[in-house]
Amino acid sequence: MTAFKNTIRDFLRYPTAVFGSVIIIALLGVAVYALVSIPYKEAIRLWRGGEDVWYQNPKYAPPAWFNFFSAKKKPISFSVRTTDGSMTKVTTPSSDPEVSTEDISYSFDYTYDGPPQEMILYFTTQFEAKFPFVSVSWITPDGRTVRIADMQADRKMTYRFSQDQKLQKRLKTEDVMQALFADPNSSTGAVLKGQYQVVITGTTFEKDSDINVEFVFHGDLFGLAGTDKYRRDLLLPLLYGTPIALAFGLLAALGTSLLTMVIAAIGTWYVGWIDELIQRITEINLVLPFLAILIMVGTFYSRSIWLMLGVTILLSIFSGSIKTYRAIFLQSKESSYIEAARAYGASNTRIIFNYLIPRMIPLLIPALVSSVPSFVFLEASLAVLGLGDPVLPTWGKIIDDAFADGALFQGRYYWVLEPAILLMITGLGFAMLGFALDRIFNPRLRDI
Amino acid sequence: MSTEALDASVPSSPIVKKSLRNSTFARVAKYTAIRLVTLIITVTIGVYLTILIANMGGYVDTIMRNEIRDNTTQSILANPNYRNLSPEAKQRLIQQKIASEEKRLGLNQPFAVRSMRYLKNALTLNLGRAINMSSDHGSKQVRLILLERLPATLLLTGSSELLLFFGSVFLALTLSRKYGSFWDKLTIAFSPTSAAPPWFYGIFFILIFAAVLRILPFGGLVDSPPPDNSFDYGLNILKHLILPAMSVIVSSIFLSIYNWRTFFLIYSSEDYVEMAKAKGLPPRAVERRYILRPTMPTIITNFALLVITLWTGFTITETVFLWPGLGITLYRAIGFFDTPVIVGSTIIYAYLLAITVFLLDFAYALVDPRVKVGSGSSQ
Repeated sequence: MTAFKNTIRDFLRYPTAVFGSVIIIALLGVAVYALVSIPYKEAIRLWRGGEDVWYQNPKYAPPAWFNFFSAKKKPISFSVRTTDGSMTKVTTPSSDPEVSTEDISYSFDYTYDGPPQEMILYFTTQFEAKFPFVSVSWITPDGRTVRIADMQADRKMTYRFSQDQKLQKRLKTEDVMQALFADPNSSTGAVLKGQYQVVITGTTFEKDSDINVEFVFHGDLFGLAGTDKYRRDLLLPLLYGTPIALAFGLLAALGTSLLTMVIAAIGTWYVGWIDELIQRITEINLVLPFLAILIMVGTFYSRSIWLMLGVTILLSIFSGSIKTYRAIFLQSKESSYIEAARAYGASNTRIIFNYLIPRMIPLLIPALVSSVPSFVFLEASLAVLGLGDPVLPTWGKIIDDAFADGALFQGRYYWVLEPAILLMITGLGFAMLGFALDRIFNPRLRDI
Repeated sequence: MSTEALDASVPSSPIVKKSLRNSTFARVAKYTAIRLVTLIITVTIGVYLTILIANMGGYVDTIMRNEIRDNTTQSILANPNYRNLSPEAKQRLIQQKIASEEKRLGLNQPFAVRSMRYLKNALTLNLGRAINMSSDHGSKQVRLILLERLPATLLLTGSSELLLFFGSVFLALTLSRKYGSFWDKLTIAFSPTSAAPPWFYGIFFILIFAAVLRILPFGGLVDSPPPDNSFDYGLNILKHLILPAMSVIVSSIFLSIYNWRTFFLIYSSEDYVEMAKAKGLPPRAVERRYILRPTMPTIITNFALLVITLWTGFTITETVFLWPGLGITLYRAIGFFDTPVIVGSTIIYAYLLAITVFLLDFAYALVDPRVKVGSGSSQ
């Protein structure tokens, strides 16, 4: 118990150790949150979803907090709908029981310096034979009312403000968004700030007929993490990539270092041909091109992340560290407590697993923790090579998508930087903890 | 990368008689020859394993079949003697020829026999024909596609690894001299950054130096159009080399410096170093003869392990920087699903790894006193 307490005290002496563990605990927290809040199946469905899932988001939108750092405020995207009450809907029956009026409206404060990309209305209506009729109008902060459109509403109908040619004609410009948001008194076409309102007046001609509207506002910015080429919210892969990266890194590190140690222990204990064989395999493994073989397996068999994990572990067992372990096992093999165990007739397996290996744990833990980052980055590397798991949202996939789309050339830095910074934080967290642990468990390094 | 590597941390006995230059040469040659033979056997087994992995899905067989089909079809269509045959007769003839050719090449033999043939092909770099890709000269031979890319890869790996090695040994020595100084602490603080692979730093460097500052190119080997005279051409390549080489170096230099500096510090507290200092030898001489000499074998072993892991990093670094080397060829082969190129690259990489190991082994033989002087039992 005192040994444990001493370790804890040593641990607290190293700020890097504390900092590293705080990062790791935070990442574990994010991982648990991601797994709990988004079920595995749902995450995959969203990530693989196309326009039908992500139509509410603009393409290539940087995150909304960009506005904090820029003097020119860009519009932030949002969407509201009548079905969940975020858009008000008032139904007024008329004297004719068949006919009723629906007043749908939404007003919002607009304080940004430029017009948005697009505004879209999605109508969903129910009727038997008589189409409902809707008219849309736009009320600006200075009280002007702009008639947008009058039309029959089909069961499913999409109305895009900037693509309506009648509206373009009426406003005498092709840039509808600019015209709707411009200050009429300004010669430069500056945006008029204040409360805007979109008003939809619908008339239904049947008893059970109903109109529901979704108002989608595509600004230049979106959410906490922004969106990619396919309108996907990057928060999903950033959140969900955390448990995947941690699982891959930790499992690979654990599997590799444990197996390496057990094999080194067996080799040194039995000596003879087993030891010889292990050393020869290590030498062969050294000339096997690790990544090229992973690529071969990925292209020929399956890109599943779990297969990659297995192959990674298999190829990393017989690495250079087997020699380090071997040298230390050779020393501890000669110690008197092993001799004592032999004298009382302990079996080989007992000596290996109960006496030889436990002595190595102080050495194993730092090595294990320090090797996690390389595996986390390996997963990302595979994704960058186009061999990422085809269904899972991971950090590497974001970087791969961004690169394939030339994000750095186009100046969409957020797209690459967000996953890269998360990777960096993860790598640093484990590396710092591993470094500190190495010093705590290897007193020889402590003063150097 | 022999087993002696670790024992090298035990310094050899300081009482060493000067042996004849001839016998030193003989010992180094013998050691090198033994290592060469072992490596050749190792590579053979490694390549055979590669073939086994590749052929678990029958991919090597497919490569062979495609090549046979291409060759026979072309030779029959091009042969003027067969020009008058009807298309059906030609097809029949082609099928017959393919069948006999497959028999001749042993595609109907059991796998154990067949794989030996593949092994021979792979070892002699007879890698078959690519499906979609072709070399800059238009050849479909996988060997030519890959060998054409080799110089660019060697330029990048060679320059960055040499800089990395000499840079970190030099800096590590300097820091071990000023142990505890600001720069020393800074290096220790920075060493966890080596957890990230080169391509990762590449992204940041591209962002800073190419996208924002616009002083260095985004990637590639030369500008297009390339400069006319060869001097400018060389300079242009150097300009393109800066960012990829820098990302490789930055990704591992802090950890190497840290490791080697720790090493030098441990060794500089040995009794014989104290003794040399007490003798009044100048500090440089102590460093060179009593610290650097005995640690060199271990440092080289260490570096060899680093270089081997770096090969993995180069593949992706090349992809990120569009550096026209082996790595990007492999990347494009994945995109084209060009199996012969993928298998071929794996084999070429195995060769490159073996050559790296051999070169470093040779360097090891040159600096390890036990090989050179032959004290102690050889393993």
